[in-house]
Amino acid sequence: MNAHPSALHTPKQVADRRAQAPHISMFARMLLRAAVLRRRRAASALLAMIVAAAVATAMMNLYVDVQAKLRTEFRNYGANVVIVAKEGQALPGDALAEVESVLGAKTLAVPFAYAVARTRDGQSVVVVGTDFTRARQLNRWWKVSHWPDAPNEALIGMRAAAVVSPKRQPFELTFQGKAIQLAPAGMLQTGAGEDSRIYLDQSAFQNWTGVAPSTIEVAANGTAAEVEASIRQLARLLPGANIRPVRQIMEGEANVLNKTRATLYASSTLVVLTSALCVLATLIGWVFDRRRDFAIMKALGASERLVNGFFAAEAAALGVVGAIAGFFIGIGVAAWIGRVNFHAPVVPRFSVFPYVLAGSVAVALISAILPIGLLRRVQPAIILRGE
Amino acid sequence: MFPRLVYESFRRQARRKLLAGIAITLGVAVATAMIAVATDIGDKINRELRSYGANLVVTPQEDTLDVEVGGVNLKPPSDGAFLSEADLPKIRGTFWHHNIVGFSPMLPVTVKLGGSNEAAAKDVTLVGTYFNKPLSFGKEDFTTGVRITHPWWKVSCGDGKESANCVWPADDSQNVLLGERLATKLNQKPGDTLDVSGRQLTISGILSTGGAEDDQIVAPLALAQQILGKPGAVRRVYVSALTKPQDALAIRDPKTMTPEVYDRWYCSPYVQSIAFQLQEVIPHSHAEQIRQVAQNEGTVLSRIKGLMLLVTLAALFASALAVSAAMATAIYERRVEIGLMKALGAGDLVVSALFFAEALLLALVGGIAGFSAGALLARQIGRSIFNSQISIEPVLFPIIMTIAIFVTFAGSAAAIRRAVKFDPVFALRGEG
Repeated sequence: MNAHPSALHTPKQVADRRAQAPHISMFARMLLRAAVLRRRRAASALLAMIVAAAVATAMMNLYVDVQAKLRTEFRNYGANVVIVAKEGQALPGDALAEVESVLGAKTLAVPFAYAVARTRDGQSVVVVGTDFTRARQLNRWWKVSHWPDAPNEALIGMRAAAVVSPKRQPFELTFQGKAIQLAPAGMLQTGAGEDSRIYLDQSAFQNWTGVAPSTIEVAANGTAAEVEASIRQLARLLPGANIRPVRQIMEGEANVLNKTRATLYASSTLVVLTSALCVLATLIGWVFDRRRDFAIMKALGASERLVNGFFAAEAAALGVVGAIAGFFIGIGVAAWIGRVNFHAPVVPRFSVFPYVLAGSVAVALISAILPIGLLRRVQPAIILRGE
Repeated sequence: MFPRLVYESFRRQARRKLLAGIAITLGVAVATAMIAVATDIGDKINRELRSYGANLVVTPQEDTLDVEVGGVNLKPPSDGAFLSEADLPKIRGTFWHHNIVGFSPMLPVTVKLGGSNEAAAKDVTLVGTYFNKPLSFGKEDFTTGVRITHPWWKVSCGDGKESANCVWPADDSQNVLLGERLATKLNQKPGDTLDVSGRQLTISGILSTGGAEDDQIVAPLALAQQILGKPGAVRRVYVSALTKPQDALAIRDPKTMTPEVYDRWYCSPYVQSIAFQLQEVIPHSHAEQIRQVAQNEGTVLSRIKGLMLLVTLAALFASALAVSAAMATAIYERRVEIGLMKALGAGDLVVSALFFAEALLLALVGGIAGFSAGALLARQIGRSIFNSQISIEPVLFPIIMTIAIFVTFAGSAAAIRRAVKFDPVFALRGEG
C-alpha cells in the first residue's frame, strides 16, 4: 500500500544506519515493522481488541459492583434488624451508642420508646418517642408534610390526626396522670401502623412519660452473611434483649438480588462472548491478509516454529495492548453507567484486570492460530503466485 | 447476469460467507435475547418484589385508631368498624384484576388463654386470616391468602425446619398456628391443644415471621369470626398487586383531572389507581398504599430496568461491531475479484450493488436464524432464572430484522467504499 521506505536511501546508507542503530533482535523488529507498515489493518484489529476488552471490563466491574449498589437501594426499605427489650423492660441507656460503635458509622440505628396515652375525651393513642434526624434517614418512605423542629412539636399520623387534632390545633395528652401540651408540626402518612400513632422527640417524651426506649431498629449494611454476623455480635453485646432479623425485608432482598444477579450474569456472558466474536472476526482477517508475509518467511527458510511463534507473539502483543487500553476505557464506561443509573460512581476494580488481560490474549491467540492452521497446509509458492 | 453473480459468489465462496453469516447470526441472537429479556425484566422483577409482601391495605372508612404496641392489640375487641368478607371476591372484578397477585383479610381478636399455664394469664392477640382459601368470582375460581401475600411466613415444628407433621392449617378447620416466641413462652408444641376463650384448638404448626405475628396466634378467618361473634367481619385486607413505578401523573388527585387524563390514570396500573379501584368495589372502604413496600419497589424496579437497558445497549453495540468486523473482513479479502470486475469494465455502482445485495442476503438469512436462536436463548434465561416464560413480542421481529440489515450495511459500507476506490492494477498484481 505504501511506498517502500528504504527506497529513499542507497543500500549503503541503510546498511550503515542499521549497523549504528541500537541492537534490536530481528524478531522484535519484524513485530514492530508489521504494525507500522500495515497501520490501517493493525489499527482496526487493535480497535476491535480494545472495544472487546472495554466492554468486558465494564461488564465485570458492573457485575461486582451492582450488587453493592442494589443493596444500598434495598436499605431504603428500612430496618432489617430489630432489637427489642424483654417484655416490660427498657434497653440499657447506652445501648444505642454501643450498637453504633459495634456496627460502624455507616449503620443506621434508631431508638423507639412506646407509651399508650389518653386524649382529652378518653381515647387511647400510641405515642412514640424517637430521634427524628435518624428516623428520617431510616424511613425514607415516610410521607411527612413537615418534620418537627421544636421539642413540644409532634409528628402526627394521618389517622391519629383525625382524632386528636382534626383542625391542626394544639392538643393535650395524659399519661399516668401527667399531662403534656403538644403542637402538631406535620402529618405522617405510611399506610401502615404508624398512621395511628403520634411521634415525639425522645427527650421530650422521656421527660413526660419516664419511659426509656425499648426498641432499636437497625439498617445493617452488607451481604446476608454480614448481617447475620452483625446479629450475632449484637446478641453478645446485649444479652438481655431480643435481636431478630426482619424476615420480610431480608428475604425479599435476597430474592430480588439473586434474580438480578443471575440475569446480569447471563447478559454479561453474552456481551463478553459477542465481543470475543468481534475480535475473532477481525483478527482472522488480519492474519489471512498477511499470508504473503507468511509465505515469504517460509520461502526464506524460517522454521515452522519461528513462523508460528511470530504470529502468536504478534497476536499476544495485540491482546496485551488492547487489554490495557480497553481496561481503562471500560472502567470509565462502568463509572458512567453507575452515575447515570445509580447516581453513584462504580468503584474501579483493578482485580478484574488479570482476567481481562488473560481473556484478551487467549482470544487473540485463538484468532491467530485458526487461520495459521489453514495456511500451514498450503505451499508458500502457491500463496506467492497469488492464488 | 446480476443474480447469477450473487448466486455464484455464495456457491463458490461458501466458507467465507459462513464466517460473516455466523457473526450475523450470533450477533442478532444476542441482540434478540437481550432485548426480550430487557423488555420483560420489569414484569419479572415486579413479581419477585411481591415477596416483600402486600403493597396495598384496605381498611374500613370509619375506622378507629389502632392501639398496638409490640404485636399486642390493646383496643377493645368489638370497637371500630369492619369490612364484609362477602365483598372480598369483588377484588377480582377490578379493572386491573390481572395485576392482583393475591389478597389476605386480617381480623385481630384479643383472647384469653385458659388452662393452668401462668404465662397464659395475659391477653394474647389471635389473628384470623386466609391461608390458601379457594374463592370464586363470576366464573373464575382462584385461591388466595397469606401463603401468596406473605411468602416469608414459615411454618415448622419450632426448629425452623419444614416437616410433614407441622403444616399450614386448612381454612375450614379449628386448627391454629402459634407464633414462635409465644410458643416458647407457653412451652407448647404442634399437636398440643390450646384453650382459647373456652375453645379447644389444635396447634398444627409453629409460625415464624420475624414480625409481630411471632407473639400471636394465627387462625382461619372463620374461627376468629366465631370467637369474636361477628360472622363475616374483616378488619383489614392486604392486597399484593403488580404496579408501575410512580411518575408525575400517578400522584395527581383524580378529582382535578380532565376526563382524558383521568382515563389514562385509571387505566395505568399505578398503586394509586389500583387503590382507587379497590375502594370502588369494596363498599365503605379506604384503600391505601403501604409506602414502605410500594414506594421502594418503584425505585428498585426502575434501577434494575435502567441497568438492563444499558447492558442491552452494550450488547447491541458489541453485536453491531462483530457483524461489521466480519463483513469488513469478508469484503477486504475479495479485492482481487473487485479488481477483475473493474478491469472488465464494471462501474463502481455495479460493484457496490453486488456487494450490498450479498450483504442483504446474508443479513436476511443470518437475521432469521439469529432471531430464532435469540428467542430460544431468551426462553432458556427466563426458565432458568425466573422459572417462567419470557415472551417474545412478534413486533420484535421486523425491528430486529431492520437492525440486522442496517448494521450489516453500515459494517460493509466502509469496506465496500475502500474496495471500490482501490486501483484494480494493484489488486490484480496482489499488492497492498
